[in-house]
Amino acid sequence: MYSETVMDHFQNPRNLGEMKEPDGIGEVGNPSCGDIMKIMIRVEDDVIVDVRFKTFGCAAAIASSSIATELIKGKTLEQAWNLSNKEVAEALGGLPPEKLHCSLLAEQAIHKAINDFRAKNDQEPWEDSKKSIEKDYMNHEISVKDA
Amino acid sequence: MDHAATTPTRTEVTEAMLPYMATHFGNPSSLYSIASDSREAVEEAREKVAGALNSEPSEIFFTSGGTESDNWAIKGVAFANRNKGNHIITSTIEHHAVLHTCEWLEKVGFSVTYLPVDSYGMVNPGELEDAIREDTILISIMYANNEIGTIQPVREIGNVASEHGIPFHCDAVQATGHIPVDLKETNIDLFSISGHKFHGPKGTGALYIRKGVRLDPLMHGGAQEARKRAGTENVPGIVGLAKALELAVKEMPQSSGRISALRDRMISGILEIPYSRLNGHPTERLPNNVNVAFEFIEGESILVMLNSNGICASTGSACSSSSHQPSHVLTACGIPPEKAHGSLRLTLGDGNSDGDVDYVIETLPGIVKRLREISPLTPKELQGGDNV
Repeated sequence: MYSETVMDHFQNPRNLGEMKEPDGIGEVGNPSCGDIMKIMIRVEDDVIVDVRFKTFGCAAAIASSSIATELIKGKTLEQAWNLSNKEVAEALGGLPPEKLHCSLLAEQAIHKAINDFRAKNDQEPWEDSKKSIEKDYMNHEISVKDA
Repeated sequence: MDHAATTPTRTEVTEAMLPYMATHFGNPSSLYSIASDSREAVEEAREKVAGALNSEPSEIFFTSGGTESDNWAIKGVAFANRNKGNHIITSTIEHHAVLHTCEWLEKVGFSVTYLPVDSYGMVNPGELEDAIREDTILISIMYANNEIGTIQPVREIGNVASEHGIPFHCDAVQATGHIPVDLKETNIDLFSISGHKFHGPKGTGALYIRKGVRLDPLMHGGAQEARKRAGTENVPGIVGLAKALELAVKEMPQSSGRISALRDRMISGILEIPYSRLNGHPTERLPNNVNVAFEFIEGESILVMLNSNGICASTGSACSSSSHQPSHVLTACGIPPEKAHGSLRLTLGDGNSDGDVDYVIETLPGIVKRLREISPLTPKELQGGDNV
């Protein structure tokens, strides 16, 4: 069902753990829906120098968070902001259709962490100009619309 | 470790079926001599199934499986009794073959009461009696639950139904071949079984219909099965189902003792894991069913790790299904969704040994520990991982 890359990131997650006094935290999801993703970032000169994650969820959710942390580490905040859920899923060698929302959670967690950093530094939050994301957590129906 | 999903067809069963593929391939409805072999085989199978359930051969009707039996019993009784009333009583923990049939009947004008269950997943016969109305035409409560293994008080339920003169359908797909069933001793009017749950072939089932119970056919067509279920009989399948049930009932005294001992050892071994609990009833439980929940982690990820270790299991977590809803059975037992997501079902069978149980008990704690290291919900004292 899962690609080798998904299995590798699920069984050997990268950048797993808590971070003391992170510069930004993004937590998305809901325990009643079966997934919570928490991403913590350390930022120096607008560059994400370190990142950690914790995830409650299925194998795809854990693998999506793991690979997302790899994809944003060492990147500028703007580059990290532009990482799409599609790129997360592609980096994993694809996800089953019913698991694509896991990659979207990773994108959302990163956005939330970046905006948390911006808020702590008295900056306006960035708005998602590319997409509007609609998510009904109770039904878990997600649609991504190009604006 | 997922025998409630399905079981392998036994060699004796396959051997019994084979002659009815190429050699005795006649249509039981035909009049020439090769057809009479098929007809005799079907009637012999009917006698075996009737004997295994302590009922009469004329009360056994072969179907394509548990789902058809459930659909037929419920829709058949509902439509045959429309002039009497339109109210059906069932429970919140039924299999979807029953629940979705009842939901469909609601759409076409029937009224359905879904009885709640207690925290062990047990229906209360007193609450059933309270739910009975003037216009109640059917009660459908399962014998034993497929997810948590809870065995319902079917004798009491049958007595309530019988006192009120209401037909009682019992979905016994998970119970048949695993625990003793006696239809002469129990007031059950309709009883669904499925061959592949007790080492018979897939696509086979039967519905017991007590003499005198009125129901419409589901399948219309030829005159097969005493004009009640049309369609050329699945002769090899029917022979296989009967053989499998005969063997299961014959071996039950030994096998159910052995399997329930494995179950109890597995449950106590698994419950050594902190923040774990047993779902379902501690004693009124199918001999092969283990259903446990682990806090702070999600079931699908447990299954994927178990699978990597060669263990096949199932879960009530939403993430394992396309519905994204946690199990309706666990939710009905009052288990909050976040805990229902961390559930794991292991169902034992003839192929499982003491060594298999040891292996699960040795393997599972490491998997739970690892996933708890990954989860942000895990309390500090259980936390591990690489913190910076």
